[in-house]
Amino acid sequence: MNWEAIINNTAAGLLTPTTLAFALAALGLAMHFGFAGLLNFGIAGYMAIGAYGYAIAVLTFGLPWWAGMLVGMVGSVLFSLLLGIPTLRLRGDYLAIVTIAAAEILRLLFLTTAFEDITGSADGLFGYNSRPDGSGFANSNPFPPGDYGFGPWTYNAETIWVILFGLIVLAVCTFLLWALMRSPWGRVIKGIREDEDAIRALGKNVFNYKMQALIIGGLFGSLGGMVLAAYSNVSPGVYVTSLTFFVWTALLLGGAATIFGPVVGSIIFWVMQAFLTNILPELANAGILPVSSQQASTLRFVLVGIGLMLLVIYRPQGIFGDKRELTFVK
Amino acid sequence: MSSNPTPQKSTGLHVGQAAPGCKKVDPILTVDNVKKTFGGLTAVDVEHLEIPRGAITALIGPNGAGKTTLFNLLTGFDTPDTGTWDFQGTSLAGVPSFKVAQMGQVRTFQLTKALSLLTVLENMKLGAKGQKGESLLNALMPSIWKKQDDAIGEKAMELLKRFKLDAKKDDFAASLSGGQRKLLEMARALMTDPVLVMLDEPMAGVNPALTQSLLEHVLGLKEQGMTVLFVEHDMHMVRHIADWVVVMAEGRVVAEGSPDTVMKEQAVIDAYLGAHQDTDLGVVTGRIKIVSEGDAK
Repeated sequence: MNWEAIINNTAAGLLTPTTLAFALAALGLAMHFGFAGLLNFGIAGYMAIGAYGYAIAVLTFGLPWWAGMLVGMVGSVLFSLLLGIPTLRLRGDYLAIVTIAAAEILRLLFLTTAFEDITGSADGLFGYNSRPDGSGFANSNPFPPGDYGFGPWTYNAETIWVILFGLIVLAVCTFLLWALMRSPWGRVIKGIREDEDAIRALGKNVFNYKMQALIIGGLFGSLGGMVLAAYSNVSPGVYVTSLTFFVWTALLLGGAATIFGPVVGSIIFWVMQAFLTNILPELANAGILPVSSQQASTLRFVLVGIGLMLLVIYRPQGIFGDKRELTFVK
Repeated sequence: MSSNPTPQKSTGLHVGQAAPGCKKVDPILTVDNVKKTFGGLTAVDVEHLEIPRGAITALIGPNGAGKTTLFNLLTGFDTPDTGTWDFQGTSLAGVPSFKVAQMGQVRTFQLTKALSLLTVLENMKLGAKGQKGESLLNALMPSIWKKQDDAIGEKAMELLKRFKLDAKKDDFAASLSGGQRKLLEMARALMTDPVLVMLDEPMAGVNPALTQSLLEHVLGLKEQGMTVLFVEHDMHMVRHIADWVVVMAEGRVVAEGSPDTVMKEQAVIDAYLGAHQDTDLGVVTGRIKIVSEGDAK
């Protein structure tokens, strides 16, 4: 077995545009579920809105990349309002059903051939990062061509630009979440997670707070989608329900009601993914696993599922969660 | 409990004969024709009811009489089919629950709602009204809310001391016992500086020693000028602290008056108290043989 390649590829999973996009989406879920108690199973939909909003604004309307990203963010706010106004009055589990359905509806709308001119249907969208008029994301790259970094973390100029951008966005969002959750606003949000009627009885407008939390978390999710879009093409096959569950796994791994948990959870998730992607086919080839190497690489999704189950059963508060929470998990 | 000095009762609360729906000298809450049905069941059907200001009013009645439903209707947690009700002269029909609370009418719940994964101090701080840091934009700038938040924290600690929960301030509310949670919920309600405090079964599931201190807290509210309306099944407590008693049965107000007179009314005894209210439970069920005076000799 080629251990050097395995270790190298595993280490590379530590910092990739995908890891950063996941961290952002998981941060959004932390806001939704961990702090406000909103069971959002449609985070993939938010990411899709961010990615498509950005790409469509650039391709169809010829906006510069930063304006395209603003469009993606506005889109996610509208999606939150559309989703929240009818459902936030309902109990949490109904929100879960509605969000999972809404994310699927969105994906199918992006996939249908009816809007092929705009959404690109099954082919998705591409060519928006680099524009002939120089207004694209890649055109604003401050890095001259060449290789950056060292060892497993060597990136070309395009990738390092996406990573830098993603890191800045992630840092800003993490700070925002931290600043919000230590404030009295965050206290109300956490109170709503525990019992919204009690908060109502204390004179707080619960609906407004939940809507604000939904919008902020959704914005984080859409930014995650944009980081993903800035790195690769926009394809409807990415924003599927399993993406939602991967983000959930990353979130629960780190700890739902924590600030750094989602970030560290995403890193662990992708390092594990990179490790399994590399080692499982090797094990199959070496005859240790009684499966073909192709089967072996899909085995990792089985392991993700098992991991998620073990996590929820034995450590529901995640790695960074407060130990005391474990005692009182409902 | 008998060793307690009897608290000063407020009298002269009503005008004319004490009867269901009678007028009060200074009502804080007035209810008119409030009706709520669940399917075919009429849960609440109150023609007229006035709650006297600055007094402790007990709402009693058998299970299913509509006491908690009436509470929910009055606090905006549920909407009646018909009717109007006003609080300090402001109509509350169609006003959402959080606005009712902002107006100074705060309630607690029959099933205690402690915010489990928040600390005791955080629970308390949530009660304070008009917090600048609770708006999204201000939240990002601690300079705006830090001072106010510290002041709220001090006020919370004072209340916690009064309720003997100050040592628990950094514990999760989930780690408190049932009785302590009741105390916390009451203390948290007081953080809103209410005018009218509505307590739904404050004594249920609380041990006798704690009942005593809860009673004193309720009496303390009255001393501080608040009005108290509470639902309770503990008749000793009702007799001891209530200035006025409203009896409900099958959704209607069937009797009203001072505790001593109301509890002697035949309608109340029939509907709620039962004929054996002062007899030992063992005697009622026939498991304990009554030692009559004749036998003893």
